[in-house]
Amino acid sequence: MIDVMRPGRWLLYAVLAAFAVFFLLPLAVVILNSFRTAQEIARSSVIGWPATLAWQNWVQAWSGYCIAQRCEGIQPYMVNSFLLVIPATLLSTALGAVAGYSVSLWRFRGDNVLFAIVVMGVFLPEQMKLIPWALVLRDLGLSNTITALVLIHTVQGISFTTLFCRNYFLGIPQDLMKAARVDGAGYFRTFWRIVLPLSPPILIVTVIWQFTGIWNEFLYGVTFTTGEQQPVTAALIAISTTPATDLVEYGIQSAAVLLAALPTLLVYFFGGRYFMRGLTAGAIK
Amino acid sequence: MAALGIRGLHKRFGSTEVLKGIDLTVENGEFAVLLGPSGCGKSTLLNVIAGLEQPDGGTVEIGDRVVNAIPPKDRDIAMVFQSYALYPAMTVRRNITFGMECRGVPKPQQDEAVARVATLLQIDGLLERKPSQLSGGQRQRVAMGRALVRDPLLFLFDEPLSNLDARLRVDMRGEIKQLHARIASTIVYVTHDQIEAMTMASRIAVMDRGEIQQFAAPEVVYGKPANLFVARFLGTPPMNTIAARLAHDSEGLAAVIGAGRPDEVRLPLPAQPAAARDWIDRDVFLGIRPECISDVGRRTDFPTARFDAEVVMSEPTGAETVVLARAAGERLRARVAPDVRLPSGQRAPFLADTRTACLFDPKTERLIA
Repeated sequence: MIDVMRPGRWLLYAVLAAFAVFFLLPLAVVILNSFRTAQEIARSSVIGWPATLAWQNWVQAWSGYCIAQRCEGIQPYMVNSFLLVIPATLLSTALGAVAGYSVSLWRFRGDNVLFAIVVMGVFLPEQMKLIPWALVLRDLGLSNTITALVLIHTVQGISFTTLFCRNYFLGIPQDLMKAARVDGAGYFRTFWRIVLPLSPPILIVTVIWQFTGIWNEFLYGVTFTTGEQQPVTAALIAISTTPATDLVEYGIQSAAVLLAALPTLLVYFFGGRYFMRGLTAGAIK
Repeated sequence: MAALGIRGLHKRFGSTEVLKGIDLTVENGEFAVLLGPSGCGKSTLLNVIAGLEQPDGGTVEIGDRVVNAIPPKDRDIAMVFQSYALYPAMTVRRNITFGMECRGVPKPQQDEAVARVATLLQIDGLLERKPSQLSGGQRQRVAMGRALVRDPLLFLFDEPLSNLDARLRVDMRGEIKQLHARIASTIVYVTHDQIEAMTMASRIAVMDRGEIQQFAAPEVVYGKPANLFVARFLGTPPMNTIAARLAHDSEGLAAVIGAGRPDEVRLPLPAQPAAARDWIDRDVFLGIRPECISDVGRRTDFPTARFDAEVVMSEPTGAETVVLARAAGERLRARVAPDVRLPSGQRAPFLADTRTACLFDPKTERLIA
């Protein structure tokens, strides 16, 4: 039986390997270029092995390269992104958990309608909301601040986090809620003592989801912030449009891109299995 | 003092009327069982008593206090759930003390209460475990401990034994009964298991379609069912309810099955109930328990009626054999000795003990006598 299947199996692996190579090729090119000097790339092409390992690309990208007349590399923009992503992730997850708890376990009149409206946010394109946000930020006096991006991502994140948490909380037996009511636990005590201790799987999922989504977000960052306030995704564009010398600094740009992608890659490597587990986690016994 | 008083209780879910005017009074110290098929409204009634559902009409009194507007925690009740509903993230001790914690009971008193209940239920060794580390029976005990620790006026049990395997269920049944005898508190217990109801209840409220059909002691509900539903619901197999005609002859009242047929069966009614006099020469339903119909080998020291019936099917259960037979065109079940073999399709003689037979009005389906 096994022998008969072998040729088919080899073919399967060959096809899968081909796809893997195809998808990983751009990453490989970027990694290789991050170790090549601009001169070397200019002499040959953007595809090629590094002749010597140009470590200075990484140093330049991190803290030396000039972006919009500011020669500190992407480091300050990375800091901006962290200042943005950490509070926005925590706030949107916390609010989504409470909102999901309300619509799934603490039923009230109109809860399903409210939930439907909140979840609609998942389906609205960001472009549609640019002008409304611009007006809101102007009225709040938050234009061109990181706080503005925290606000935007917190509010918009609630749609996803509420959806995630609500669906997970539906798996919590109603009898638990009844028992809590008979015991005399109120809204927040029930949430804090009974629901939240059951929630790490879904909280990990929402945190990963929000972190990567907000970190990688570009449109709001580039639209509502300029100069020193920009998150790293917006600053990367500035790098590619900065004609520092006659040479296009592909090496430094590649290193900068990889540095900017590092946090989400790390989140994936360390949190990925929790993510998979959390998404498939069934009912709570 | 009545521990629980319910008057004219109505409850609707959308357009479905789940409770249609429930009246129920449970005395102090009683073990009242709400028994009925699924969908009869018994769990809804319990939830309304607990305050987890709001009624659409009527009042609920607990300890002579109307509690309609009082939240569950202040009703002086404790509840045990079918799924146990133990808080998964808390230890057994925390599960038991959580209610006291919510009410702000001082820590030393909490510890004292836990120790008392843990000893009572023999769960001392489990206090620091999580519910996931317990067996079904242990979880059941913890769920009861959580209720007992409150020392409430009223215990509410919602099918607490349904999730246990058959053997454990029998053990726990006995334990709950003994527990009730020891702490002498009032219990309202919901179940669809009539054995549980019969063995534990001081009174059974048989429910169907949102109404209480009968509320009486187990032997009354079993022996004198208030109507055909109760007669056909209780007992495995349930009471035979056979279309018959009430006759009166020189020996007194008798029920005649298949009256006018050559093979009609005449069963004298030795009780001669006065209420049946109005029904002479009219159609009734004769109610007779299968255990009152036996094979002719049974020795009795009371008069029995002998009749022939065609055997349709035999179901041996070990301790006895249930025989489905047809007498004068009417189907009935008999319980015969396990060593009696009655071949299907053949006629066989049976003995009927009609001393406890019931008569029902075929229109209203109510008990006549």
